[in-house]
Amino acid sequence: MIQADNLTKVFQMGENEIRALDGISFSIQKGEMVSIMGPSGSGKSTLMSIIGCLDVPTSGALTLDDESVQGMGDHELADVRGRKIGFVFQQFNLLARTSAFENVMLPLTYASARNGDQRDKATRALERVGLGDRLDHHPNELSGGEQQRVAIARALVNDPAILLADEPTGALDSKTGAEIMELFQSLHRDYGQTVIMVTHDPFIARHTERIIRLADGRIVSDDPNPAPIKAGTPRPDEKV
Amino acid sequence: MLLTQNFNIALRALTANKMRSFLTMLGIIIGVGAVVALLAIGNGATASITEQIEGIGSNLVSIMPGRMEGGPGSQSGISSYLYYSDYEAISDQISGVDDIAPIYQSSYTVKYNSESFRVSVIGVTADYFPVRAYEVENGRAINAGDGNTRARVAVLGIETAEDLFGSLSPLGKVIKINGVRFEVVGVLRSKGGSIQNSDDVILIPLETGYEKLFGSSAIQDGKKLVSAISMSAISSDTVDSVMAQAERILRREHRLDVTEELDFSVMSQSDALTTFNTISTTLQVFLSAIAGISLLVGGIGIMNIMLVSVTERTKEIGLRKAVGARKEQILLQFLVETVMLSVLGGILGIAFGIGVALLVTAFDLITAEITMSSILLAFFFAVAVGIFFGIYPAYRAASLHPIEALRYE
Repeated sequence: MIQADNLTKVFQMGENEIRALDGISFSIQKGEMVSIMGPSGSGKSTLMSIIGCLDVPTSGALTLDDESVQGMGDHELADVRGRKIGFVFQQFNLLARTSAFENVMLPLTYASARNGDQRDKATRALERVGLGDRLDHHPNELSGGEQQRVAIARALVNDPAILLADEPTGALDSKTGAEIMELFQSLHRDYGQTVIMVTHDPFIARHTERIIRLADGRIVSDDPNPAPIKAGTPRPDEKV
Repeated sequence: MLLTQNFNIALRALTANKMRSFLTMLGIIIGVGAVVALLAIGNGATASITEQIEGIGSNLVSIMPGRMEGGPGSQSGISSYLYYSDYEAISDQISGVDDIAPIYQSSYTVKYNSESFRVSVIGVTADYFPVRAYEVENGRAINAGDGNTRARVAVLGIETAEDLFGSLSPLGKVIKINGVRFEVVGVLRSKGGSIQNSDDVILIPLETGYEKLFGSSAIQDGKKLVSAISMSAISSDTVDSVMAQAERILRREHRLDVTEELDFSVMSQSDALTTFNTISTTLQVFLSAIAGISLLVGGIGIMNIMLVSVTERTKEIGLRKAVGARKEQILLQFLVETVMLSVLGGILGIAFGIGVALLVTAFDLITAEITMSSILLAFFFAVAVGIFFGIYPAYRAASLHPIEALRYE
C-alpha cells in the first residue's frame, strides 16, 4: 500500500549538505496503524512531508495506494494530497472565522472529482468525530480537543487512503490527548483506516501496532507492537 | 473550486479587517471619484461654454470693419467703415445663408421716469433675431413693418427691463432714448452667459434709428454706416463658402486689389468653437492623467496590503495546499480578493465622484454632467489596476512551498 525504496532527502545549507533522509525503505499495509518515532532532527518530519506529498525526495521511489508518485509535478502532487492523504497537525491549523462545517468542507472544494453530496459528506465526517452538534461553531468557540476533532474530520472527509498525523496530541493536555488517541484507535479498529502517526513521544507511539524509529535519517528499528496501549491508560510515570 | 467560493473566501478575508480594507480601497476610491467628478465637471463646463458660444448664433458669420487679427487696437486707419450698401451687395449676391442682419450700434442714455441708464442701443432688422438666436420672452420682436414705417418701438434685454422697470411689466411703456420717445413692445429671453452681455441691450428698428436717433455719426461720405453684418449660414458645412463669398463681394465693393490688405474682418463662430474644443479636450486629458496617477498610487497601495496579507496568511496557504489546493487555485483566490477590493473601491469611488459632482452643482458653481462613459471608464480602469497589482501578490502566495508555508510562524 505504501512502498518506500531507498528514500533520500538532501538539503543544501550554504556549503554544507544535510542528509535529512539517508536511504529509507519500508512498506506499510492497508489498515495498519504505525508510529514514526525519533528525536528532533532524526528526519521524521521530512519523511512525513514526503509521504504526504508536500515535498519530493532527492532520490528513491515512493508508491502510495498502488500509485507511484515518482516524478509527479505540482498539480498531480496537489491532487494526490487532496485524494489520498488526510493531514492532522499539532496546531490543528483550522481557518479562523470559519465554521467547523466549512473547515471540513475545505478539501472538498479543491477536489476535482465530485461524487455524492459534499455537504452530506462533511456532516458525516463531523458526526464520526462526535461533533455532529457543533457544525456551526467557529474554532474560537471550541476547546482544543474539539478543534483537533474538527481537523480530524477535515482529514477524513475525502476518505483518504492514509491518515497522516503529526504530533496530534502535542498541543493538548493528557486527558484530551487520550480522547484524541481513542478516536484514532477507533477509526483504525472500526473503519480499517490506515493511520501513520509522527511523534517524538514513546508513550504515544506505544498506542500503535508498529513503531518505526528513526535517527540521523536512517531507520534504526522497525518492530511490531503486539499489545498497543489502550487510549486512556495513564502514563507509567504519572501518579493518579 | 467555484468562483463563488473564492468570492466568499475573499469577502470573509476583507470583512475580517474592515478598517484596513477601507484604507486600502481609499486610493482607488479617491482615484475613481476624481475621474468621475473631474470628467463630470469638465463636461459641464464644456457644455455650458459651448452653449454660450452657440447661443450667440450657430453657424454665425460676422463681418466687422477694420482688421481684427492683431487685436482691436491695430485697425488700419484707411476706410475702416462698413456701409449699408455693403449689406445690400452681400444680400443680393451671396448664397448659402439663411438670414443677413446689418446692425448699427451705439451707446445712449435711456430714461424711464426718474430711472436713467447708459445702454447699448442696437438698430436691427427682423433678421437679427434668428441670426443671433434671440427669442422674445414677452411681447413681440422687431418686424419688417417697423422698419418700413420708421416705427419708434423698442425691444429690451431682460436686464435692461429690470433696471428700468423693476418688477413692472415694460410692455406698452414709453422710454426716452437720447430724448427720443420709444414704445416698448417686447422683452428678450435671457441668454445668460458672460462672454458678451446679451441681456443688457435695447433693440430698435435700424431704419428708425437712421432717421430719428443715430444722426450724423451714422453717415460717412453721404452713405449710411453699419457696425457689423451678421449672417447665419444654412449649415456648418457652408460656413467656409459664405466667408469666402463675403470676402470676395466686399473686396469688390471696397475696390480692393487682390494684393491689398482687407479693411474688414470676416469671422465665424465655429472658429471660436473649434479653438475652445481643443482647449477643453487638452484640459480633460490633463485632468484624466492626474486622476489616473491617483488610481495608480491606489493600485500600489492595494499591492502593498495584499503582500502583507499573503505573509500573514502563509500558514493558511500551506494548509490549503496540504488539503489539495493547486497553485492556480491559490492564485485565483488572492486575485479575486484584490479585484474585489478594487471593484468595491471603484463602486464607492463612483458614488463619491457623483456626490462631489452633485455638490458642485448644488452650490451653483458649474452644472456638472455625469456621463455613463466616464463612470465605465473609471470603473474598468480600477478593475484593471486591481488585476495588474493583484497578480504579483497572488503569484507570491501561489508559489509558496507547502511545507515551508505550513511551518511558517
